[in-house]
Amino acid sequence: MSQAWLTILKRDLLLAFRRRSDVATTVFFFLMVASLFPLGIGPEATVLSNIAPGVLWVAALLAGMISLTRMFAADFTDGSLEQLLLAPQPLAVLVSAKILAHWLVCGLPVVLLAPLIGLQYALPNEALWVLVWSLLLGTPALSLIGAIGAALTLGVRGSGLLVALLVLPLYIPVLIFGAGAVAASQHGMSAQAHLSLLAACSLLSLVLAPLATAAALRISVE
Amino acid sequence: MLIAQDLACLRGDRLLFKQIGFTLNAGGLMYVLGENGSGKSSLLRIVCGLLTPELGSITWQGQPIKQASEDYHSKLTYIGHLNGLKDDLTAMENLQISARLAGEQVDDKAALAALTAIGIARCANLPVGVLSQGQKRRVALARLWLSHAPLWVLDEPFAALDAASVLTLATCISAHMARGGMTIITTHQDVVIDAQTTQTLRLSA
Repeated sequence: MSQAWLTILKRDLLLAFRRRSDVATTVFFFLMVASLFPLGIGPEATVLSNIAPGVLWVAALLAGMISLTRMFAADFTDGSLEQLLLAPQPLAVLVSAKILAHWLVCGLPVVLLAPLIGLQYALPNEALWVLVWSLLLGTPALSLIGAIGAALTLGVRGSGLLVALLVLPLYIPVLIFGAGAVAASQHGMSAQAHLSLLAACSLLSLVLAPLATAAALRISVE
Repeated sequence: MLIAQDLACLRGDRLLFKQIGFTLNAGGLMYVLGENGSGKSSLLRIVCGLLTPELGSITWQGQPIKQASEDYHSKLTYIGHLNGLKDDLTAMENLQISARLAGEQVDDKAALAALTAIGIARCANLPVGVLSQGQKRRVALARLWLSHAPLWVLDEPFAALDAASVLTLATCISAHMARGGMTIITTHQDVVIDAQTTQTLRLSA
C-alpha cells in the first residue's frame, strides 16, 4: 500500500515541479492580495495590525482555493483518474496522498511566506509566530475540505465558481479560529484554545475528507 | 472465473443494452463487437467496476466485484480509450508510475524492456506531450508487458497503431492467453489472437 501512496505523492510533486508556473500563481496571488490592503488602506500601523489576522487568513484561504479545481481535473481528462480508481488500494488512502501533495505545493509556501507579509502589517513578533502556527495547523484542513469540492465538481462546466460556493461555507470555522488565534495573541491573551480547535478541525477533516472525496470521485467518473 | 448476468446499461435516458451475460474462464478471450455508440466501452467500464450497471451482477471467483473490489482490482489490467498518461512526464516515468500504482514491482530495466518490446524505446526519455497519438498509445500499452494480472480489459487497443505494432500487441495478448489469462477486448480490426476458447459478444444499438 505504501508503494502506491508514495508513487502518487512523488508523481504529483514531480508534476508540480515540471509545471512550476502553476505553483507560482498560487503564491503570487497570496502575495498580491495580502499586499494590496496596506496600499489601499494606508500605512497606519494600528489599523493595519488590527485587520491583519482576518486579511491574511482570507488571502490564504482564497489562494488555496484558486488551485483547488486543478487537483483532480488533469487526472480526469487524461484518464489517470480511472487508473487511480482501479488501483488495488483503498481509494481514500491514495486520495490522501494527492491532498498531501496539494498542501505541500499550495499550502506550505503560504505558511512560509506569511511572516514576511505579516511584517507589512506591523504585527509584533509574538503574533507573527502565532500566525505561522495557525496557518500550519489550519491550511491542511483547507486542502482536505477543498478536495471534496474539487471531486464533486469534476467535469462540470464553470467548476471554479461552483467549488468556491461549495467549499467557502465549510472554510468558515477554520477562518474564525485561525484569525482568532492571531487576534488573541495581539491582545495579550493565550492563543492556545484557538490553535487546539484549528488542529481539531484539521484532524477531523483528515479522517472524513479522504473518504468523502473518494466517494465523490467514484460518482464523478461514472 | 468472471461471470456477468443480465446486465443492463442506461446512459441518461437511453438504454444502451439489456440482458447481456457471459462467462469467461481461464484462457478465455472475448471480443465485444458493435457499432459506435452501442455501449462497448460502457460494458467494459461496467466489467471493471468503474460504472454501476442499471441491472445485473458481475462476480469474480464467486464474489460480487463491488465487495471484492481491491482484490479484484489487483487481478485486473484495464486500458481504456484514454491513455492515462501525463504529458509532462517521460514515457519511462509514466510507465513506471502506472505499473507501480497497479501494484507491480518494476525497475528501470523491466520498464525499458517493455518499451523496447512495443518499439518505442528511443522515446523513453522524451516527455509524452511531444509524442504522436500512436506513440502515446504504445506507451500506455507497454503496461501490458509488465502486468501479471490474469484479467485484461482492453478498449480498442489497436486503434492508432501501425501494422507492425498491431502484430506485436496481438502476439503479447496471445502469450497472455497461453499463460491461462483472460481478455475482454473491443476492436474494429481483424486481428488474429490465439486463445483456448474464443467467444464473441455482439451489442446492437
